Amino acid sequence: MRIQKTDWLHYYANPHRFMRLAQRLFYPLWVVAILTLLYGLYLSFQAPPDYQQGETVRIMFVHVPAAWMALFGYSFIAFVSILALIFRHPLGHLAARAAAPIGACFTLVALITGALWGQPMWGTWWVWDARLTSVLVLFFIYIGYISLWRAIESPEKASRAAAILAIVGFINVPIIKFSVDWWNTLHQPASVSRFARPAIHPDILYPLLMMGVAFMVLFFALLITRMQVEILNQRARRRLGGGV
Amino acid sequence: MRAFYRVLYSDVLLAWRQGSISLVVAFLFIALTLVPFGVGPELALLKRLAPGLLWVVIVLALLLSLDRLFQSDAEDGGFDQLMLSAQPLELLVLAKLIAHYISLIIPLSLVLPLAGFLVNIDIKALWPLILSVLVAGPALCALGAIGSALSVSVRRAGLLTALIVMPLYVPVLLFGANATQTALLGNGTIAFDAIAILAAMSVAAILLAPVAISAALRGLSE
Amino acid sequence: MDSETQAGLNVHQLGIRRGDSMIISNLSFEAPRETALMVSGPNGVGKTSLLRALAGLLTCETGHAMLGNDALETHMLHYVGHREGLKSQLTVMENLNFLFDLLAEPNAKLPDIDALLHYIGLFNKRHQMVSDLSAGQKRRAAFSRLFMVPRRLWLLDEPYTALDRSGRDWLSGAVRAHCKTGGIVIAASHEPLDFSSQNLVLEVLV
Repeated sequence: MRIQKTDWLHYYANPHRFMRLAQRLFYPLWVVAILTLLYGLYLSFQAPPDYQQGETVRIMFVHVPAAWMALFGYSFIAFVSILALIFRHPLGHLAARAAAPIGACFTLVALITGALWGQPMWGTWWVWDARLTSVLVLFFIYIGYISLWRAIESPEKASRAAAILAIVGFINVPIIKFSVDWWNTLHQPASVSRFARPAIHPDILYPLLMMGVAFMVLFFALLITRMQVEILNQRARRRLGGGV
Repeated sequence: MRAFYRVLYSDVLLAWRQGSISLVVAFLFIALTLVPFGVGPELALLKRLAPGLLWVVIVLALLLSLDRLFQSDAEDGGFDQLMLSAQPLELLVLAKLIAHYISLIIPLSLVLPLAGFLVNIDIKALWPLILSVLVAGPALCALGAIGSALSVSVRRAGLLTALIVMPLYVPVLLFGANATQTALLGNGTIAFDAIAILAAMSVAAILLAPVAISAALRGLSE
Repeated sequence: MDSETQAGLNVHQLGIRRGDSMIISNLSFEAPRETALMVSGPNGVGKTSLLRALAGLLTCETGHAMLGNDALETHMLHYVGHREGLKSQLTVMENLNFLFDLLAEPNAKLPDIDALLHYIGLFNKRHQMVSDLSAGQKRRAAFSRLFMVPRRLWLLDEPYTALDRSGRDWLSGAVRAHCKTGGIVIAASHEPLDFSSQNLVLEVLV
């Protein structure tokens, strides 16, 4: 016989602890998120235009932090999935499932802003440079992960499978980064060069970091919101279904 | 160990009888035949594309065949019996992976010369191509099986499996295609660094995949 | 403590989760040796889950099970569930060999396959694909593992499914023979079984 005590019973009987925490964090997180976002955007427009790329360099202030968050999002998912598997706490699975669409959106933003940034420079809407390609593959990883959650009917089976996929994917991400970087240096096409990185100096770095912080807070604000909604959904479903 | 060999033998036999072998080979040729209709029949172009193109088509054929990997076991309760065996599940999964290699990778490798001629592959690249496929084969089987195992409880999971496995296949494809193309640059020399990386990937995948697959099967067969 | 009970199956405080409720909670029962226990109850009450949990195919929340003085392990039991666990593209003979290799102890010798085939009534069909068998014949073939590899505890889920009168008599005889040699059988069924000597009724608690 296989015994595996989970805290599901404990948790579902008493999600109040988490909900109380979430309620307390909700407004502060959102306020800080919006404020830092506005400040970051203000700084982005205050930063001097790049001598080569002109005003369009400002897209970088969205593109780069979005790419950071795309990667952070998946790392977060893998991390809480491992915790959920070890401590068998369903809150971890819930956090992972709630974080996935948020991370996927950041990935999409990174892809779109990457295209918008590159277009004025090279006249094409897409280049297969190392970063954009890695982000594109990361996008597929997100979509696969979200699809797996939705495809399996039983929530316990789905959480188990999704956790395994998260871990496998997480091991894969650095392998992809390494492979794509290597592939890109090998196939350096003569006509299209890589994204020219503006020299990093404080005028650029500070807005970039600010936007990174803003996105990070935004991530957690969205996460807390989504987790609350999911728990309320489950409560409503149980009440409608006659309760436990 | 008897269970290990029996599972290996039975899975190969089943793949033969169920037509899984001909399925993956058919997918290969279907996809390959469509290419000239798309890019034009100009031989010089096909020759340039051939090494990478063949790798892409192999990966596609595998992606399309993946959902059948564990399908029959899921339907007839075969996983229950594997778990009831005296042997550890991970070992039996390994046997299944080897069976997949024999019934998918080997046939693909055998038809590669024919496929290569269809796209006018430079003969110097043919052996490196076959070698890279054989060396990367365990990785392709192991990673594909992870995807199949995760979606084993889903009906008509073909697209889901392909979606899950595609990011896992990207590094293998990169190095596999490179191993083949380098041969063209260097007069048929084997690109040992790329082959070595493929070998490392295969070893790692074969060692780690059975753990992930067993965990998935245990959780999903309930 | 009764020595007969000690050598039997003891289940303590078994708990199984389904979603956010416990489908089975704090279930304790005993099945002494030479007993055939029937588990009955309405559909969906958890009969299959109970058997699968005992077989180790389902994870339990709480509880433990002892067979005699040892903790219940998977290799001590046979489980024949809804799905036969037979490969439909293999012949009966090939399936028997498969089951034997899978389930037998490393040093075990192959039993007399022909005699076994006669016993389950499939000798004439032994080279036929399982997919060509009738439902009743598939059931019989599924039960073959019970006789190929000796294990003390048999867990049978809806064993009478697809069996005709003679099939059911045959199975009852096989179960009684197994019990006589000290074995234990637990069968989940929603219809009465001829061979059970005890009954465990599961009820749905709101």
